[in-house]
Amino acid sequence: MGKRSAALVGFTEWAPQRKWDQPMFSMEACAKLAAEALSDAGIDKGEVDGLVIGGLQESPLFPPLALAEYLQIQANFGEVVDIGGASSAGMIWRAAAAIEIGLCETVLVLVHSTPAPVEAGGDAAKMIMPPYLMGDAWGSPQGQFDIPYGLVAAAPSFAMVAQRYMSQYGVAPETLAKIAVDERNSALKNPKAVFKDKPITIDDVLASPMVSDPVHLLEMVMPCFGGGAVVLTSAERAKKAKHRPVFLTGYGERISHKTVSYMDDLTVTPAKPSADKAFGMAGIDRSAIDFCSFYDCFTITVLMTLEDAGFVKKGQGGAFVEEHDLSFSGDFPINTHGGQLGMGQGGAAGGLSHVIDALTQIQGRAEDRQLAKADAAYVTGVGGLMASNVGLVMEGA
Amino acid sequence: MRVEQPFAENGRPIPRRTPTSAPYFDAAREGKLRLQECPRDGFFFYPRSRCPNCLSDDWSWKDVSGRAEIYSYTIDRIGLDPAQRPRVPYVVAIVELEEGPRLTTNIVDCEAGAVFVGMPVHATFEDLGRETLIHFKPSA
Repeated sequence: MGKRSAALVGFTEWAPQRKWDQPMFSMEACAKLAAEALSDAGIDKGEVDGLVIGGLQESPLFPPLALAEYLQIQANFGEVVDIGGASSAGMIWRAAAAIEIGLCETVLVLVHSTPAPVEAGGDAAKMIMPPYLMGDAWGSPQGQFDIPYGLVAAAPSFAMVAQRYMSQYGVAPETLAKIAVDERNSALKNPKAVFKDKPITIDDVLASPMVSDPVHLLEMVMPCFGGGAVVLTSAERAKKAKHRPVFLTGYGERISHKTVSYMDDLTVTPAKPSADKAFGMAGIDRSAIDFCSFYDCFTITVLMTLEDAGFVKKGQGGAFVEEHDLSFSGDFPINTHGGQLGMGQGGAAGGLSHVIDALTQIQGRAEDRQLAKADAAYVTGVGGLMASNVGLVMEGA
Repeated sequence: MRVEQPFAENGRPIPRRTPTSAPYFDAAREGKLRLQECPRDGFFFYPRSRCPNCLSDDWSWKDVSGRAEIYSYTIDRIGLDPAQRPRVPYVVAIVELEEGPRLTTNIVDCEAGAVFVGMPVHATFEDLGRETLIHFKPSA
């Protein structure tokens, strides 16, 4: 039996948007997220004694301190997590671990990527993520050995992973495209999805512009603004929460590199060690999982996570994808919220969307896309250039 | 957001050498590929103050063959870095050197569509003014 001392009890999620019409400073965004998530959980702000957050644009030094001050929270634990796209999932287990060891009772996990207000005459936020991934500071290896060769942003890195994988295992472009199609079918039932009104076919994916071979435009996430928050609390306190508590029964994390230039084997992701750790801790088999929510910055990420997280044998992910319907109504649901591919990537909150996907299903709040059985989920986060991986086993009380 | 990357006259991003990496860039300037070799763990890339395997600092610089094989590649079709847009389509690749280490580079002097995983290539050099980039091209 896995860990059952910390539970996810409430959340809020902002629909990802290409343009954001309510600019806010980071601390203002966090305050709004906190108010919404606590209200959803039925927990008073006065009970919060832990803060796990991303960075704060207007207060980059000591962010947890600045936020504790802004929200008037006396925290026993405060942390900024930055392991790329795996940060959100990494925040969830850190919050749970802080509760498990008795450091705190109730932790707020707050993630936002929203633009700050613009002064009269100033430039509006044009780009969510600069293409150099902040690797251009003097002394950074990226600035010397990656950026001059065009290895920037995420697409060429995941493209090289896909290229190597395809050359080694012979998976067809149609198979990778099907992942985007199945996810889009779920997005059509998610009112918060940026692509909720746009069904697509495999032909549409393959006809979309080739961005970085073999990656087509519709196999990449749409960068958006967004935000989300989750409330975690002790098992005892969770009994009195508004919704069904969801225990984090196992978790794992693996970090090995930043850019793909130095990835040991492009066909093996860090999803394996983190999944083995998470399932070992949870004490359950993969077969006990009702559905998955896999970080899906690119279609290849989903295919390789299926294999490396231990759901499918290595090299057989392609055949598995062809034989199974991955949408919410299918026989092996992955990303019932539409994934980030279908929902849009709300910046750093894109990673949290997978946690919230699992939480929404297990709490029975997924409405039109609710699964018949949703008691156990496996959630992943992927950060850097296939460089960090967090796995979470979530089980309903 | 402030960009610290230096750019060549032609607008392309170029490396900013450090005291540790300077010998690598000096060698590139001479048309040579020079890497650090640890007496216990062999060659490593990129240049570091210590061997990434054993963390010792008794490595030495040594010229290597420049022969490699394409480990993986992609073709940038749109110029993901706006500064590279005049070059599209161009090949970004990870090559595995005969001596072991892998590095990221561009494959030049051939059609982008002719590149394949496993293609034998060797080092070639592009002078961008302040620094020289190390590319690879197909071996005959």
